[in-house]
Amino acid sequence: MSTMLEVKNLGISFGGLRAVDGFNVNIEKGQLYGLIGPNGAGKTTVFNLLTGVYQPTMGTFSLDGENLTGKNTLEISHKGIARTFQNIRLFSKMTVLDNVKVGLHNKVKYSLASGMLRLPSYFKDEKFLNERAKELLDVFGLYGEREYLASNLPYGKQRKLEIARALATGPKLLLLDEPAAGMNPNETAELMDTIHFVRDEFDMTILLIEHDMKLVGGICEEITVLNFGQVLAQGKPADVLNDPKVVVAYLGE
Amino acid sequence: MNKILTKKNIAALLLIVAIYAVLLTCDSMGLFNRQTKALLVPIGINIMLAVSLNLMVGFLGELSLGHAGFMSVGAYAGCIFTIHAEMPMWLELPLAMLLGGVVAGVFGLLIGIPALRLRGDYLAIVTLAFGEIIRAVLNNVSLVGGAGGLNGIPKYSNYTIVYVMAVITIIIIANLVKSRHGRAICSIRDNIIASEAMGIPVVKYKLMAFIVAAFFAGIAGVLYGHNLGILKPSTFDFNKSIEILVMVVMGGMGSLPGSIIAAFLITVLPEALRSLQDYRMLIYAVVLIAMMLLNNNARFNEFKQRIFSKKATRQGANLTKEGK
Repeated sequence: MSTMLEVKNLGISFGGLRAVDGFNVNIEKGQLYGLIGPNGAGKTTVFNLLTGVYQPTMGTFSLDGENLTGKNTLEISHKGIARTFQNIRLFSKMTVLDNVKVGLHNKVKYSLASGMLRLPSYFKDEKFLNERAKELLDVFGLYGEREYLASNLPYGKQRKLEIARALATGPKLLLLDEPAAGMNPNETAELMDTIHFVRDEFDMTILLIEHDMKLVGGICEEITVLNFGQVLAQGKPADVLNDPKVVVAYLGE
Repeated sequence: MNKILTKKNIAALLLIVAIYAVLLTCDSMGLFNRQTKALLVPIGINIMLAVSLNLMVGFLGELSLGHAGFMSVGAYAGCIFTIHAEMPMWLELPLAMLLGGVVAGVFGLLIGIPALRLRGDYLAIVTLAFGEIIRAVLNNVSLVGGAGGLNGIPKYSNYTIVYVMAVITIIIIANLVKSRHGRAICSIRDNIIASEAMGIPVVKYKLMAFIVAAFFAGIAGVLYGHNLGILKPSTFDFNKSIEILVMVVMGGMGSLPGSIIAAFLITVLPEALRSLQDYRMLIYAVVLIAMMLLNNNARFNEFKQRIFSKKATRQGANLTKEGK
């Protein structure tokens, strides 16, 4: 197994606040990795660092052996990191199908002129896009709702659509920011199955943030616990979740 | 090729031909009086302006108050060309339109660059300032006629040419919106952060929308100049920009048929109300307010959807069913 994501000593300070401090992690290819921690621990900040939304003030990270430190969001997306957002950020006034097709944007190359004048390359490429989008939507059982506006989907399906859209960009690493937030236990269980399926089907490496420790323990092969921007514990879920330090961080002494 | 000959496209083609046939018959039978006939060209020009502005406001989601500025730049560029060029009309006018469009497009790029840093109200002020600067410059440069206007433009525009250009504008922008480029533009409107995270080059697509919108506004300007035979800077003022914006907002942001209908109504309405004399502008304003209210009325929109889009109703029905 080779390393997909290697993060070394990554950190960022906002003024005097060290939001993330000395974050290290190694994620193997095809691994399902969990990042947990109490509110305000810096989990989403780690995602923002890994996707170029923030530039780290210290440390480096590399994807599949390529150093991506200092690259902007667009470059990182092209290099193969895709993400979902904690507060859903769909293209709400566009259809479900078009949301996925935006994700597929860079998979075809037809020019502005072919788009405006409907030259043959437009039809060829759009056909390809529609087929790819159908495959992705089928995985999440959303194909029947492809003509709906994204904002008209029920909450759970919006979360799924966000994952489908991220997968459409053809990433090497998928970052999921609290994919189960706001879902009921049944929906959560179903979503976890889907994530497993995505990992196996697409041979994807996944790093996911979750609040719910039990849930993460159920599906992740390895986890890291963050607290106040620092790594509190790292390892197999069973060991980490029983670590007294972790229990204290979550429940207090 | 059979994808081009879909039912929808054939219906659209028939509609385009039918409207033109009606225009032609009415004209040849002398059903148009002078006033009505004089309205045909402005309707087409306003449709081009509204549809192109909709790309910027409705699809990219950036408020622009300077569309008349792009129109005037294109108009002056194209009209100066025809005044000085000695060519047959069939060659001169297309070249003038191309030139006007390109010059306006360059200005679109110039305005688009600060637009990358600004959003919403701030951008609106920048575009507003742009329109006013252009007008002030045109007013004071004697080379282009100054405040007195640019005279002696050959009157090439007629309703056939304008009709063809309006149809081309609509088709090209409608096609653009449904291409990967159009989806990228819409995604920027809906969520710029997600758009960038999905690998959309946001800078490129913002500029693209500005340039394309300005390009067609420029062409509309060229046709405008060749219709009146004279260009005055004062016609391209803030009010003209607002008028175009009203068409877009009234027709519905991001709705091309809406822009077309609104452009038609707003051009025709002041003339249709002419018989009311003193009360004309009062009634015009009231009608505008009433139409805006109606457009925001949920029941009216439902009614509109039922008529115009069978698909949308089906979706609506499914959603209500699921809700129960």
